[in-house]
Amino acid sequence: MVDVETQSILVVGGGMTGLTAAIEAAEAGREVYLVERNPYLGGRVAQLHQYFPKLCPPYCGLEINFRRIKGNSKLHVLTMAQVESVSGQKGSWDARIKIEPRYVNEKCTACGKCAEACSMEIDNPFNYSMNKMKAAYLPHDMAFPFRYVLDPALAKSSEGQAVKDACPYGAIELDMQAKTLDIKVGAVVWATGWTPYDPKRLDTLGYGAYPNVITNVMMERLAAGNGPTNGKILRPSDAQAPKTVAFIQCAGSRDENHLPFCSSVCCMASMKQAAYVRAQYPEAKVYIFFIDIRAMDRLETFYADLKKDENVIFFKGKVAKIEQDGVTKNLVLRVEDTAAASLNRINVDMAVLATGMQPNPSIYHQPAFAQRDDYGFIAAQEVTPGFFSAGCSRSPLNVSESVQDGTAAALKAIQSVVRR
Amino acid sequence: MDKKIGVYICTGCGIGEALDVDQLSTVATSECNAALCKNHSSLCSPEGVKLIKDDIAGEGVNTLIIAACSQRVMYDVFDFEGTILDRVNFREQIVWTHPPKDEDTQMMAEDYLRMSGARMKATEPPEPFKPEQEMARDILVVGGGVTGMTAALEAAKAGYNAVLVEQAQELGGFQKNVSQNVVFPFKDVQDNEIEKLAAAVTNNDKIKVFTGSKIEKLSGGPCLFNATIKQNGSTSDHRIGAVVLAAGWKPYDPEKLDKSLGYGVSPNVVTNVQFEERAKAGKISRPSDDRALKTVAFIQCAGQRDPNHLAYCSSICCFTALKQAIQVKRQDPDTNVFVFYQEMRTPGQGEDFFRKAQSEGVIFVRTQAPEVLATESKVAVEAFDELLGEKILLDDVDLVVLATGMVPATSFGEDYKAKKATEEPPKKEEMVASVDSIFVSDILNLEYRQGPELPELKYGFPDSHFICFPYESRRTGIYPAGPVRRPMGVSSAIEDGTGAAMKAIQCVELTSQGMAVHPRAGDMSYPEFFLQRCTQCKRCTEECPFGAINEDEKGNPLPQPTRCRRCGVCMGACPERIISFKNYSVAMIGDMVKAINVPEEYDEKPRILVFCCENDAYPTIDMAGLRKMNYNAWVRIIPLRCLGSLNLVWIADSLSKGIDGIMLFGCRHGDNYQCHFVKGSELANIRLSKVKETLDRLALESDRVRFEEISITDYEKVPGILDEFAEKLVEIGANPYKGF
Repeated sequence: MVDVETQSILVVGGGMTGLTAAIEAAEAGREVYLVERNPYLGGRVAQLHQYFPKLCPPYCGLEINFRRIKGNSKLHVLTMAQVESVSGQKGSWDARIKIEPRYVNEKCTACGKCAEACSMEIDNPFNYSMNKMKAAYLPHDMAFPFRYVLDPALAKSSEGQAVKDACPYGAIELDMQAKTLDIKVGAVVWATGWTPYDPKRLDTLGYGAYPNVITNVMMERLAAGNGPTNGKILRPSDAQAPKTVAFIQCAGSRDENHLPFCSSVCCMASMKQAAYVRAQYPEAKVYIFFIDIRAMDRLETFYADLKKDENVIFFKGKVAKIEQDGVTKNLVLRVEDTAAASLNRINVDMAVLATGMQPNPSIYHQPAFAQRDDYGFIAAQEVTPGFFSAGCSRSPLNVSESVQDGTAAALKAIQSVVRR
Repeated sequence: MDKKIGVYICTGCGIGEALDVDQLSTVATSECNAALCKNHSSLCSPEGVKLIKDDIAGEGVNTLIIAACSQRVMYDVFDFEGTILDRVNFREQIVWTHPPKDEDTQMMAEDYLRMSGARMKATEPPEPFKPEQEMARDILVVGGGVTGMTAALEAAKAGYNAVLVEQAQELGGFQKNVSQNVVFPFKDVQDNEIEKLAAAVTNNDKIKVFTGSKIEKLSGGPCLFNATIKQNGSTSDHRIGAVVLAAGWKPYDPEKLDKSLGYGVSPNVVTNVQFEERAKAGKISRPSDDRALKTVAFIQCAGQRDPNHLAYCSSICCFTALKQAIQVKRQDPDTNVFVFYQEMRTPGQGEDFFRKAQSEGVIFVRTQAPEVLATESKVAVEAFDELLGEKILLDDVDLVVLATGMVPATSFGEDYKAKKATEEPPKKEEMVASVDSIFVSDILNLEYRQGPELPELKYGFPDSHFICFPYESRRTGIYPAGPVRRPMGVSSAIEDGTGAAMKAIQCVELTSQGMAVHPRAGDMSYPEFFLQRCTQCKRCTEECPFGAINEDEKGNPLPQPTRCRRCGVCMGACPERIISFKNYSVAMIGDMVKAINVPEEYDEKPRILVFCCENDAYPTIDMAGLRKMNYNAWVRIIPLRCLGSLNLVWIADSLSKGIDGIMLFGCRHGDNYQCHFVKGSELANIRLSKVKETLDRLALESDRVRFEEISITDYEKVPGILDEFAEKLVEIGANPYKGF
């Protein structure tokens, strides 16, 4: 006998896949809990400047999705929340959700007075720590929910009280504690996504040691209007416009020592970023070092168009090592040209590592029954009856494929809670 | 409904300090017909909400004007059942963007109140569309391949009846002829399980299967579809809720391949599809004489990634070649197997399968343009090996397998537009909206005024928003899935069939409650036509981006509300202004324009009206507010459901009212359009160009009206655009109609 409570669906992860799964199920009339670790929804997609191949802003689609949430009373969003445990079976799962303190309650109007009063600065995680931000912050301009957050360090500091006093609406609670919420659901969609592969592990490529070696996700923030450089792509070492930019494909991916699988999106991402560079700097030269360019289906035409640009050089070969000129901070790439059996030295101003997708199930807590494959993905749609893995926690996918997967997962979840 | 209007002004978030609230209250009660006007220092607080609730309960207030923050925030707080509500954006679009205690800022706020008053006067609560017939809930699935069978089965598992129509005599589609395949997570070749899937479909009593059948006619709209299915010469009618289009693909015609690939010269040059037929038959041998294979060459991208053939990549041919190469190797490990490829495309965990093929001894040659040197008796392959940096010749090849691509079934048939044009020549017009390409592919046979099949987006794929909303098409309630919308393999097709079934089910659930589907999911309003005044100009039936409106023989529109996405493009198109929603109409926006207080010419306070897309431009103007960016206070902004709902009479209303300049903020249009309603901004731009001609004729400067493409992240640009336009207007001088 299934009771009313267990007709609901738990979606874990508020990125593109989870967001989709939750909204699709809710619009079909189901009660859904969407649990997201960040203080905002949108996941990695929210941090992108533009999508390939249309070079359009992700917020355009996100705004529609957020509006779908706003108009749907069946969808319950929990941010800064993580699933601590989940157990049970199809039709009857017990999930324990831990909600971290935001130190800001529902009374927040996002007026910004707390940030004005705050002098403490912290690394901005939204910009991959490339800049600082106030410790009382709105995660980004279009954050949903549109509500401030206080960093725990601020809440616990002596400055906390002053920031609290600056709020005209009594929205700040410095003593807010982590909360635990126990819910019973009928089905679970696990869509916890991915984390950029740690570029420091690619020791020959100089990330961390040389300021002008950045990663692809950082490049998105540099190009974004609300990023650390207000959308200007600049070299980190001297804030100058780069004249030559190298994209290093498969930085970690397709590599037995790192991520043996292909991360699927990096070829398109780098080509898209090459287009950003070319749009900003008509004189700039771009190198793309690759093994295979994987521009699937109609994305191929983006590749074909970019190849027509004489300032974009596609170079088949692996970058063996990156070195730095100590004075100019320019970079020297040592590249194996397999065809010529020679070693080239190519000088560039900036290098972008196309780091891949480390599946989050390989990093974060997950239920033990959800078996991971050799790479850390939960590589099955139906992990066990009533529990589904979707999106990049299942396989490296692009945005469109994540939506596809999230939508499919929504139906599988609904099937698990249908009264027979 | 008898309206009792209550105006509530929030004085928090800087509003109280920036504006003269008492003066605003006077405007509310004297000009907005408000029975009462109250203010509160924090309207969104529990006390503020209680204030409103008490008035609803105690004073009988049922129409609320909440002048506070943007409608995009605090939506959950300001949600009062049984009332009509308008939000006036004092915070983001007035006090955060304009100087406090300033005459112009105050005038702006007063105008916005007046505009809201006009809007609330004209609006009525929407009543959901309820047709006389009962709403059907069954899902029609067109195509009985992997995608279609999955869609039908998954819908059935969720409790819905499905009707599955397959053209062939048996279920299975292309996969029926495939003996072995490789599916996620791509570890190894496995036996094809298509028979199991077909059996599950056949044995499911919620699924009605029609093989050897086709859709002769599909009429109506979501929950009101009538499908006429023809089988064995007889037809049957079925009432349908929503449709999954899983019509699949056809292999690219190898006869069209470049001669350099040798197809047709020797029987030993086959396509990957022909290889499957041989593999299914059992032993793979040399076609010409059935001898055992010593050397086999796979040639990738045959007629693909090539603008002369298929410009796109079919995504699965690398996997197919790897699988077929492994099949050959497993038949005889001594066979030399070469794969000539440009780029090996095995994304995700598929990389494992590439390694698998390598470990089985398949040899890979990276090359750009391999040539197949074929005569009737002998086949060789010549290619420049990029790894070795030299030309290689592979002599005495027993079998060459060309990787031809997938062509969507919807891309075949005559172009409907061309067909129509020969029947009735198009009207002469200087600038017309792009007409959708529809191929008469004989799949759905829609009884739709705009054509019988789904419009294509590109390369014959019939989707509409392939990044963010990949299941959407331009025909409401019809969801393309599987290789008909994007080249894909079995695993992806299974997911896609499931996802499309989800969308179809959702469409049934929403439509049966009288609600719109994506992107205005849940909207209860729908357009009503005052047909007595219709002049049969056909603009609404032609311009609807979703083909929602049919026509009778006389050219009168026959609206199909369940096909409607509620964007209002028809309303914008109608020169007679006979199309209205209960809560959105030409008259309503016209009244809002008229409510603006336009100062006399000598006041030197020009007025700029901005009609903006509420989906993208409006949020970006909000973001400019969040960033406390300043822009000209002469601006008045009216959000529209879609810029395509812009009716030209508003421009006329504005100019005759004395408004000095008008801007339209819409989404990017063209090939990479960003319009959620496909061509709203394109249509608005075209309409505007026509107005400009009229203005020039009237010796009224056409520079007074301007269209701007604004994306949702353009908030850095917006203030500059508005300011620059304001300066331009000063240059042009005041609207001569001012004061008339």
